[in-house]
Amino acid sequence: MSILDFIVLLPILAAIAAFAGMPARLSALTGSGLMLLLTGVALALFPEAPRDDAGFAFVADRLIAESPAWSYAVGADGLTMILLLLTALVAFCAAWTSPVSQTGGYYGGCLLIAAGAAGAFVSTDLFFFYAFHELALVPTFLLIGIYGFGEKRAAAWKITIYLGAASLVVLAGLAALVLHHGDGGLTFSIVELQQRAAAAEGGAPAQAWIYLTLLLGFGALVSLFPLHSWAAPAYAAAPTPVAMLHAGVLKKFGIYGLIRVAQPILPEGAAVDWILNLTLLLLLGNILIMGLATIAQRRLEYMVAYSSVMHMGYLFLGLAGGSEIGRQGAIMLMFAHGASIALLFLLCGKMRREIGHTDFDKLGGLAKTVPVMTLLFGIAAFASIGLPGFGNFAGEVLVFFGAFDEMRAGSGVGALQIAAMVAVWGVVISAVYMLRAYRAVFLGEPGGPAPLTDLDLRQRVPAVLLVLALLVAGVAPGLLLQLLDAGPDGAVEATVAAIRACCP
Amino acid sequence: MNLPVILLFLPLAVAVVITLCLRRLPQIAALVATGSAAITLVASVLLLGSDDSRVILWSWLTIPGTGFEANIGIQLSPLSRGMLFIVTLVGTLVHVFSLGYMRNDPGKARYFAALALFMFSMTGIVLADNLVMMFIFWELVGVSSYLLIGHWNHKASAVDAAKKAFLVNRVGDFGFMIGILLIWGLTGSVSFDGIAAALPGLGEAASGLVTAATLCLFCGAVGKSAQLPLHVWLPDAMEGPTPVSALIHAATMVAAGVFMLVRIDFLIAESAAAATVIAWVGGLTALMAALMATQQNDIKRILAYSTLSQLGFMVMAVGLLASAAAMFHLYTHAFFKALLFLGAGAVIHACHHEQNIWRMGGLLKRMPITGWTFAIGTAALVALPLTSGFWSKEAILEAALAENITLFVVAVLVAVMTSFYMGRLFIVAFLGKPRDVHSKKASEVEPVMWVPLAILAVFSLLAGFAFIARGLEAQIPDLPHSLLVTVLSIAALAAGLALGWKLYFGRTEEPLRIRLFENKFYVDEFYQILVRVFQDGVAWVVNALDRLLIDGLLVRGSAALTAATGGLFRRMVSGNVQAYAFMFGFGLILILYIAVFAR
Repeated sequence: MSILDFIVLLPILAAIAAFAGMPARLSALTGSGLMLLLTGVALALFPEAPRDDAGFAFVADRLIAESPAWSYAVGADGLTMILLLLTALVAFCAAWTSPVSQTGGYYGGCLLIAAGAAGAFVSTDLFFFYAFHELALVPTFLLIGIYGFGEKRAAAWKITIYLGAASLVVLAGLAALVLHHGDGGLTFSIVELQQRAAAAEGGAPAQAWIYLTLLLGFGALVSLFPLHSWAAPAYAAAPTPVAMLHAGVLKKFGIYGLIRVAQPILPEGAAVDWILNLTLLLLLGNILIMGLATIAQRRLEYMVAYSSVMHMGYLFLGLAGGSEIGRQGAIMLMFAHGASIALLFLLCGKMRREIGHTDFDKLGGLAKTVPVMTLLFGIAAFASIGLPGFGNFAGEVLVFFGAFDEMRAGSGVGALQIAAMVAVWGVVISAVYMLRAYRAVFLGEPGGPAPLTDLDLRQRVPAVLLVLALLVAGVAPGLLLQLLDAGPDGAVEATVAAIRACCP
Repeated sequence: MNLPVILLFLPLAVAVVITLCLRRLPQIAALVATGSAAITLVASVLLLGSDDSRVILWSWLTIPGTGFEANIGIQLSPLSRGMLFIVTLVGTLVHVFSLGYMRNDPGKARYFAALALFMFSMTGIVLADNLVMMFIFWELVGVSSYLLIGHWNHKASAVDAAKKAFLVNRVGDFGFMIGILLIWGLTGSVSFDGIAAALPGLGEAASGLVTAATLCLFCGAVGKSAQLPLHVWLPDAMEGPTPVSALIHAATMVAAGVFMLVRIDFLIAESAAAATVIAWVGGLTALMAALMATQQNDIKRILAYSTLSQLGFMVMAVGLLASAAAMFHLYTHAFFKALLFLGAGAVIHACHHEQNIWRMGGLLKRMPITGWTFAIGTAALVALPLTSGFWSKEAILEAALAENITLFVVAVLVAVMTSFYMGRLFIVAFLGKPRDVHSKKASEVEPVMWVPLAILAVFSLLAGFAFIARGLEAQIPDLPHSLLVTVLSIAALAAGLALGWKLYFGRTEEPLRIRLFENKFYVDEFYQILVRVFQDGVAWVVNALDRLLIDGLLVRGSAALTAATGGLFRRMVSGNVQAYAFMFGFGLILILYIAVFAR
C-alpha cells in the first residue's frame, strides 16, 4: 500500500469511529492530526521518492477490471502534494474549530469531506477521481441541512440540486472524454489518457465540445460565473467547519479537474479560440460582477462567501492562457485561497455563534474588546486581498504574469492580455470590500451590543497554523512550487508541452 | 554586503518582536524601535560613498524553464544610498520625537511596531533592484501607512482616512501592476538593469506600448505621491498622529513615487508623450494644491497641501527629464517638510490638540525653539536665498525654463503662492496675540521633541550647499544658472510674503474667502458621487440582478420546470441519502454501460 492510501483511509476510519460512538471530537482530532502528520511525512519523502513514467510518486495500482481498464490507482505529483497539504491542514483546523458539544455525525461528516477531497486528489483513475468527490459532496449537503444556520434547508436544497446537476454534467463530460480517447481499448487511467492525448492529432472540434461540457461542469463546482449562485447562501448557512472545508478545499476539485483531466487530455479543445474567449468572459464575470456584488453585501459571512466566488476568477485566468507561469500561479492561489478563506470563515463562524449575527450596521469598534481577533481578521483580510508576504499575492502575481507570457514572443496585446488588465482591477475591488467590512466591524465606534470573547489560547491554534501557512507560501513560495517541477517528466511540464505543441 | 541586509531586516525583526512579545511593555517597545532606527541611520551613514553593487539576496519567485524570476535583490547606487540616508535620518528623528509625542498613548507599542514596519517597507523600496520587489515593498508601505493613519482606531475620521488612503493608493497600484506586466511582456525582464538593456532592441513598433507602459507605471507614482487626480487621500491622512505625517506623508512614503520615477527615468526619456503628460500632471498638481493651501485653516492641512504642491514640482521635474533636480528637491524637501510637520506637532501638543491656526497666535514668544525652527523650515520652503530649498527650487525652475516656458510660468506662480500661504500660516499662528486659552498657556516642548527640530533645522539651512549635498550623495543637478531664474524666484518670494503680510498681519479672522479653494475644487465631493453612483450603485444593481435573474429566474425557474415536468430531477437530488445514493449508483451504472457496451 502507498502512503497515500493511508492519508485517505485515516479520516475515513476516524469518521467510522465517530459514527460508531467513539468520542467524536477525539476521533476527529486524531484522524485529521494523523492525516496532517502523514502528509508531512509524504512531503518529506516526496523529492526522493521513485517516480513512474508520468512523474507520479507513491504509486499503487490495483486492477479491478481489464476492459475497460479500471483500477483503484493512486499516485502523487507536486500538484497532488500541494493540495493534500491544504486538505490535511484545513481538515485539522476545521476539526479543531468544531464546537466541543457536537455529535458523531457532525464530526464524521466533516472527516468524510476531507477524506473525499484527499481521495479525489490522489486518484489517478477517472472513476475514483469522480467517486471520491461525490463521497465528499454528500456529507456537505447533509451537514448544511442538519447543522446549518439561518435558512439552512433552502441553502442545502439549492446546493444539492446545483452541485448534483453539475456533477452529472461532469460525469457526461468524463464519459465523452473516455470515449473520445477510446482507440486501443477504453481506459479510466488518467495517465494513459494523457499519453493518448499527447500522441493523438486532430479532433479539435469534438474536443472543444467535450471541453466545454467539462468547463461548465467543473466550473459550476468552483462557482464560475454565472453558475455561482449556490455558493453564497450555502457558505452563509453552513456550519463553520463545513464552510472551511468546502470553500477551502473541496471547491478546488473543479479547478483540479481542469488542470489534471480536461486540459491535458483535451489539449486541442482547450486551445480553441472560442473556448478561450468564453472562459475569459466568464472569469471576468467572476472578478468584476461578483466583485461588485461582494461590495453590496452587508453581512460578514455573505461578504466572505461572495469574495470566495470572486477570487475563483483568478484561478481560471491562471489556466486560461496555457502558460506554465499562470498554471503554477493558479496552483499557488488554490493553496493560498484555501488557507485564507478557511481562516476568514473560522473567524466569521465564531462571531456568528457568539453574537448571533454579523450585520455591519449593528457592529463596530470590536478592536477594543477583541484585539487578537481583530489582528487575525486583519491578517486574513489583507492576505486575501493579495498583500505581499502572503501566498495569495505570489499566486496572483504569477497568474498575471502568466497572462502576459505569450507577449514576450512579440505577439502584442491580445484578448488574454486585455482580460488580464481588466482583471487587475479586481485588486482594487477586493480591497474595497475587505477594508469596508473590516472598518465596519472592527474599527470606529461600537455599533451595538456584541457579546464576543476574544480567541483564547486553544482557539488560536488553528488560526495561527493557517496564518503560518499563508506566510510561508508568501515569503518562500518556492518551497511549494518546487514540488511542481520535481522529476524530469513532471506531468505539468508534459501538459504544457502538449498544449504548446497544439497551438502554434 | 551586510550593512544593507541589517538596514532592511532589523526594522522587520523589531516590528515582529514588538507585536509578538512587547505589546504589554510599551516603554521598552518604544526604546527598542528607536534604537533600531538609530542603528539603521548609522548603517546608512557608513554606506555613504561605498561602491556601487547589485546583489541578489534570494530568489523569491522563480519558475524554472519559463524565464520568469522575481528576486529580492539589493541595488546600491548613489541614488539609493542618498535616499537611504534621508529615510533613516528623518525616520530616526521621528522615532525620537514620538517618544515625547506618544508618551501616554494607550496604543504606543502598536504604534512603534507599525513605524518599524514602515521603515522596513520604505528601505525595501529604496534598495529594490527590480520592479516586482519595488511593488512588494510599495504595497507594504501602503499597509503600514494604513495602520499608522488609522492608529486611533476608535476615531471614525481616522479609520476612514486610513481606508481612503489605502484604496486610492490601490487605484494607482492597478496602473503600476499593468505597467510592470507590459514592461515584462515587452522586454522579458523586471530588473531595472535588464529593462534598460533590452530597451534599445525593441524597435519602432513597440514605441506605443512603451509609452503606455510608462504611463501605467506613472499611475503608481500618481497614487503614492498623491498627484492629481489621486491627491485626495493625502490631506485626509493628516488624521494620523503628527509624527507619522512628518515621516510618511511628507518626507518618505509620498516621495517614493518620485523616487520610482527617477529609477525608471530611462523609460521616460524613451517616450516624449509620456514625459509631457508627467510634466503637466506635476505642474497642475503644484498649482492646484498651492491654491487649495491658501484657504485652509488646519495647520496640518496647510502643510499637507504644500506637500502636494512640492511633490508636484518634483514630478514636473521628472517629466522635464531633469530627474537630478527632482531628487535634489526631494532631498531638501524631506528635511524642511519633516521639520515643519514636527514643528506643527509640537504646536499641537502644546495647544492641547488644537489644530486651527486662527485659535493660535503669538506662539513664537511662548515656544521660541519651536517657533524659530519653524521659521527656518518656512524660509527653506519659500526658498529664501541660501537656504536648502532655494537651491533645489531654482534647479527645477531652470529645468522648466529650458524645456517648457508655460510650465515655467506655472512654477513661478506656484512660488508666489507658496510664500503667500506659508507667510499666512506663520503670521497667523506664531505672530500677533494669542486668540485662545490653549495658545495663551502654551509652553515650549520637552527636549526629546525639540532636539529633532533643531537637527532638522540645521539640515534645512545647510543641506543645499554643494559640498554637503555631495557628501550625503544627493543628486546634484548639472544645469546652467541663469540670472533670470534667480531674480524671478526672489521676486516671487518677496511678492508672496508682502501680500501675506499685508493681508494677515494683526488679523483675527480670515479676511479673504474663496469657496472654490476652501472646498478643494470640490474634487472630494465629485469622487463621492462617483463612488456612490458607479461603485455602490452598480454594486447594488449587480447584486439585485444576481439575485433576481441568475438566481431567481434561471436557477429557481429551472428547478420549478423540472418539478413541473414530473419531479424526476428533483427526486434524484432531493438531498436525502437514499435518493442520492441511488443517483450515485445510477451514474456509476451509466459510466460502466457507456464504457462496456456503447462501443
